[in-house]
Amino acid sequence: MEKSITQKANYYRRKTTNVFMMSLTLLSALVAILPLLFIFYYTISKGISHLNIDFFIKMPTPVGETGGGMANAIIGTLILLGIGGGIGLPIGIMTGTYLSEFGNNKFGFMIRFLTDVLSGVPSIVVGVIAYTLVVIPMKHFSAFAGGVALAILMIPIITRTTEEMIKLVPHSYREAGLALGIPKWKISISIVIRSAWKGIATGILLGLARAAGETAPLLFTALGNRFWSIKIFQPIASLTVYIYEYATAPFTDWNEQAWTASLVLISLISIMSLLFRFITRSKYKNVN
Amino acid sequence: MRYNSEVISNNKEKLNSKKTSRKNNLIKRLLGSRNLGDLIFERLTLLFAVLVFLLIVFMGYEMYTQSKLSISKFGWHFLFNTTWNPVDEVFGAAPAIFGTLVSSFLALLISLPLGLGVAIFLSELSPSWLEKPLSFLTELLAGIPSVVYGLWGIFILVPWLRTVVEPFLMKHYGYLPFFKGVPYGFGMLAAVIILSIMVLPIISSISRDVLKAVPTSQRAAAFALGATKWESTKIVLANARTGILGATMLGMGRAVGETMAVTMVIGNRPMISASLFNPSYTMASVLANEFTEATSDLYLNSLIELALILFIITIIINIAARLLVWSMERKWKKA
Repeated sequence: MEKSITQKANYYRRKTTNVFMMSLTLLSALVAILPLLFIFYYTISKGISHLNIDFFIKMPTPVGETGGGMANAIIGTLILLGIGGGIGLPIGIMTGTYLSEFGNNKFGFMIRFLTDVLSGVPSIVVGVIAYTLVVIPMKHFSAFAGGVALAILMIPIITRTTEEMIKLVPHSYREAGLALGIPKWKISISIVIRSAWKGIATGILLGLARAAGETAPLLFTALGNRFWSIKIFQPIASLTVYIYEYATAPFTDWNEQAWTASLVLISLISIMSLLFRFITRSKYKNVN
Repeated sequence: MRYNSEVISNNKEKLNSKKTSRKNNLIKRLLGSRNLGDLIFERLTLLFAVLVFLLIVFMGYEMYTQSKLSISKFGWHFLFNTTWNPVDEVFGAAPAIFGTLVSSFLALLISLPLGLGVAIFLSELSPSWLEKPLSFLTELLAGIPSVVYGLWGIFILVPWLRTVVEPFLMKHYGYLPFFKGVPYGFGMLAAVIILSIMVLPIISSISRDVLKAVPTSQRAAAFALGATKWESTKIVLANARTGILGATMLGMGRAVGETMAVTMVIGNRPMISASLFNPSYTMASVLANEFTEATSDLYLNSLIELALILFIITIIINIAARLLVWSMERKWKKA
């Protein structure tokens, strides 16, 4: 009789622990979402006031004058992404292709490992490397140096998504090509990569989205520029560096513009990553 | 059929090749049984893969040669010297290394239990209609640029710490050495909180993958013995501990290298103190703050050496983490 009571107590204790621990996990999931909501809420509510057409088409004003925009920074960010993409895309896509088509050996294993390691290198260190590599020999800061830094940051992301997207292509496609007697390289290029192209494109988007949000590697490569400049061997402005400068400056008007710039940047990045999700999901949901 | 005849003809060629000249032999050996286009395609992609490999080796080498001046002048003392004084050209990395390690460690202390909770919720508890949007939201958190976190830190988090949290901690726990000093807002505490938010998505998403890699049969076995959900989760956690350790270290790697958000809230003063209210410095924020101001060669070299140390630390952390996660995944693939 006594035994069954302790058993019952034990049962209830276990039940309670279960409910308690499981609600803790639910709670932590809610707490994890909280900062996201906070950041989105403040960025939108504080950034919206300066969000107008001037922001996109006007130049920054001198200290003390209100108004103005960040046209040069928006163009600058796009140019930096262009340079970074121009260097990083071919390397990333080719390496990813190598890994998926020929990478089932020790060298492929090592490259896969190294790209993972490369993706963990802090962006500021990448900036230092771009500085020693480009800025020191050229003796001045330039958009090109910033582009090199962004390219190094993009490579691991593009490599891994390219590899994964190519691997998603059903093996039967390849076999169909082999059955027709097509050489393997032609199968890789015109059948496999072509079918994976949409996925690879979204990987590129993901890499660009990450690069668009980087500040640290641009601080001493692209440097920043308060004037209109689209020359690639001159310092160039970028949205992220502007946010940093405007946020740490002691002028309220600048601080407010930093929020607006953040809003523009976050919208850009969110759209890119939403596109990535949407395209990859719709394409590969029912394949395999 | 065609494949067979090709193999046969290749074998014949191999037999005949002894008679042909050395040069021909070499071409054959290079080509093997393959199409010339195949070879070119493979070598071309291989070239780019080698390029990535060289890039990483070159990164370390380049930073080493560019920091020779400070390496030869300060030697190992660079790591332990607590003075960072650009005016007198005395450079010691100890305060920055201290700040980096302490801020990352404390951030992990917050985000590990939280991230693990999220991972358990996503992999064990949540219905599938909730899982996808939730994991998407946590990944969105990872996509927010560091500088936006910093902006939020300066204008929302720091004032809140200064007016609410720090006075509260001082009042109730002020006898502890961690909560002494002036509640200024900017300082170690702000950096720790920002870092823990930034590290959370990494830990939660990788832990979730790791937990999901544990075979369902483990849970089924636990349930069959009458275990509750939590008891089966404990078994899953025990199975996944290597992978979770790996996830934690990946989070650590991110925290150690995080630059902008930390630079904007940590106060940027090279000092070692026990109090979380005091300003501090991290290796990354030293670089972000002072790199463009480095006037002398020794100053610049010291900064590059700091970057080299940061590079080495993150590489070691990352290698260890990847090995842990992989060993875990391979274990279950075999099983």
